[in-house]
Amino acid sequence: MRVLVCVKRVPAPGAKINITADGQAVDTAYLAFTTSPHEECAVEAAVQLVEQHGGESTVLTLGPAEADEQLRYAASIGVNKAVLLPIDTTDWDPQRTAAAIAAAIRDLEAADGAFDLVLFGNESADSGNFQVGVRVAHALSRPIVNGIKGIEVQGDTIRAKREGDAGVEVYAVPTPCVLGVKEGINLPRYPTLKGRLASKKVEVAQVSPQGEAGGQQMITLLQAAEQVSQTIMLGNGPEAAPAVVDLLEELGLLK
Amino acid sequence: MSVLVVVEHDRGTLSPATLEALAAARSIDTDVHALTLGAAADAAAAELAAHGAGTVHQVHHDLLADYGPEAWGEAVAQAVRALQPSAVLACGTDRGNEVMAQAAARLDLPFVANCNEITTGDTWTIVRVRWGGSLLEQCTLTASTKLVSVSHHVFEAAEAPAAGAVQSLSVDLDPSLARTVVAERVERAAGVTLATAPLVVGGGRGVGSAEAFAPLEELAGLLGGVVGCSRAVTNNGWRNHTDQVGQTGTRIAPDLYMACGISGAIQHWVGAMASKKILAINTDTEANMVTKADYAVIGDLHKVIPAIIDEVRRRKGG
Ligand SMILES: Cc1cc2nc3c(=O)[nH]c(=O)nc-3n(C[C@H](O)[C@H](O)[C@H](O)COP(=O)(O)OP(=O)(O)OC[C@H]3O[C@@H](n4cnc5c(N)ncnc54)[C@H](O)[C@@H]3O)c2cc1C
Ligand SMILES: Nc1ncnc2c1ncn2[C@@H]1O[C@H](COP(=O)(O)O)[C@@H](O)[C@H]1O
Repeated sequence: MRVLVCVKRVPAPGAKINITADGQAVDTAYLAFTTSPHEECAVEAAVQLVEQHGGESTVLTLGPAEADEQLRYAASIGVNKAVLLPIDTTDWDPQRTAAAIAAAIRDLEAADGAFDLVLFGNESADSGNFQVGVRVAHALSRPIVNGIKGIEVQGDTIRAKREGDAGVEVYAVPTPCVLGVKEGINLPRYPTLKGRLASKKVEVAQVSPQGEAGGQQMITLLQAAEQVSQTIMLGNGPEAAPAVVDLLEELGLLK
Repeated sequence: MSVLVVVEHDRGTLSPATLEALAAARSIDTDVHALTLGAAADAAAAELAAHGAGTVHQVHHDLLADYGPEAWGEAVAQAVRALQPSAVLACGTDRGNEVMAQAAARLDLPFVANCNEITTGDTWTIVRVRWGGSLLEQCTLTASTKLVSVSHHVFEAAEAPAAGAVQSLSVDLDPSLARTVVAERVERAAGVTLATAPLVVGGGRGVGSAEAFAPLEELAGLLGGVVGCSRAVTNNGWRNHTDQVGQTGTRIAPDLYMACGISGAIQHWVGAMASKKILAINTDTEANMVTKADYAVIGDLHKVIPAIIDEVRRRKGG
């Protein structure tokens, strides 16, 4: 089975997300970077599928040169190949991103054969456009379902599970196909020392991204309005228990 | 100019977010149309009219009998070609965003997800959600037809009676679209869920182990609540991801959220901030959860929670 997984490099903020003075980006001066949890799970799913069914997994990102870090992280937990679509800015709009990824997939497939499965995250952690995977699937004329929390390969069909408000939905999607994965589908492994060393040697192929700007253009980032509340201290340690239960009573929770 | 609202429903049960999308549509234009997919949604016409839909377009097709992102997206795309609205609004839910992404790809148009504020014009100026709500973005949308989804809980649903003239709209769906229609469904068992519970007792890394969640379970059980957790907990394998609160977990809105041993990272906070009241139990007075909460107890949760359980039992008279 040949599996491709698309990930995006994003900052990993803590208590608050600060914005640069020009409003164009998250202030990353003191931040580490990561891939979105959904995409980490997609990477784990790709590795597991190849472990179970044989074949090869590839990770792809469109991002700055530093996104090499996220590609090698994926390699350190077992992804076989890595592809970088380098861009100068931190972000391309979703139409442009999707066009570039679709074009790169066509090139990769022309060279090495088709991917049975292309995995995306349900949405990117930072921009949350909820569409890059869908656009890529459409460009490649392949079926896609988002929000997937279970993948089971049955011959030429993938049984993909999704949790809705009403219950669990199962889709039976013929391969080649595309899925958008959600955190919870698996528990991503941590890299081993051996994996980390091996990932340093993985060759990262570079493909220059091609895509026209789309119709959504960012002007500036804005802070969300903060709820300010004066924290009422109910006490220290176990002695605070009566005050806590008073509160439960007041809120009508002690029935 | 007219606005078309894509009605979200599950086998005929209307999503409350749809009524918010109708409210958003009315704030943009007086000529509001609604689009229902599948015969099961026909019954919604009266409610849609009561909320401002001047016209309700009903689409019937075998492939729309159940949910399928490609069939729904293609039906929306064909409705846009047929009705030529100047804008299409959907709910900023998983389904709404998925259907709009499908429609946008098929129409080769931009799509802006999860909008909080919309200023119309030739080019629209929009404030939309980023980072699951931790941050916002102001952007422009330039397109012949504007496709957007509306964030949940931003626009207020309200009655605004309109004609609600029912029209049927035919679509031509390729049989291959059946490949992504729901094949099977297991209904959720009734009972309180993390999303609907009146009380959530949340545990974070400070809880320390899977076993140490027992007192949190006990307290939640005594009060008819459920246990939630942070991503540090799911990452450690202490609890299932279905319990995770936050950006990539569940959004909760209980009467009280008791956050125990949770630092309050922004991605956790966005999932918890709709709680009516928040009580933090933490050893660290400076923890973000403590400074942002309505109430706090400073101390070791392993001592505080058992004391709360004792006190609850005492007052309940057992
Ligand atoms: C894109 C993205 C998405 C994310 N999505 C989510 C999400 O959906 N949900 C989520 O939770 N996180 C999410 N995270 C992770 C998030 O950034 C934090 O890493 C995580 O929430 C930390 O969990 P925690 O508060 O349990 O652990 P920590 O940050 O380690 O905090 C532990 C807290 O416990 C306190 N403590 C320790 N011992 C005790 C004790 N005995 N008694 C009382 N208090 C004690 C400490 O003072 C501290 O405040 C996401 C991250 C990214 C980058
Ligand atoms: N720059 C990128 N490089 C690679 N994959 C991306 C990029 N942006 C988005 N994606 C993928 O598309 C998914 C959906 O992104 P979005 O449409 O931004 O919510 C993400 O979870 C990623 O899997």
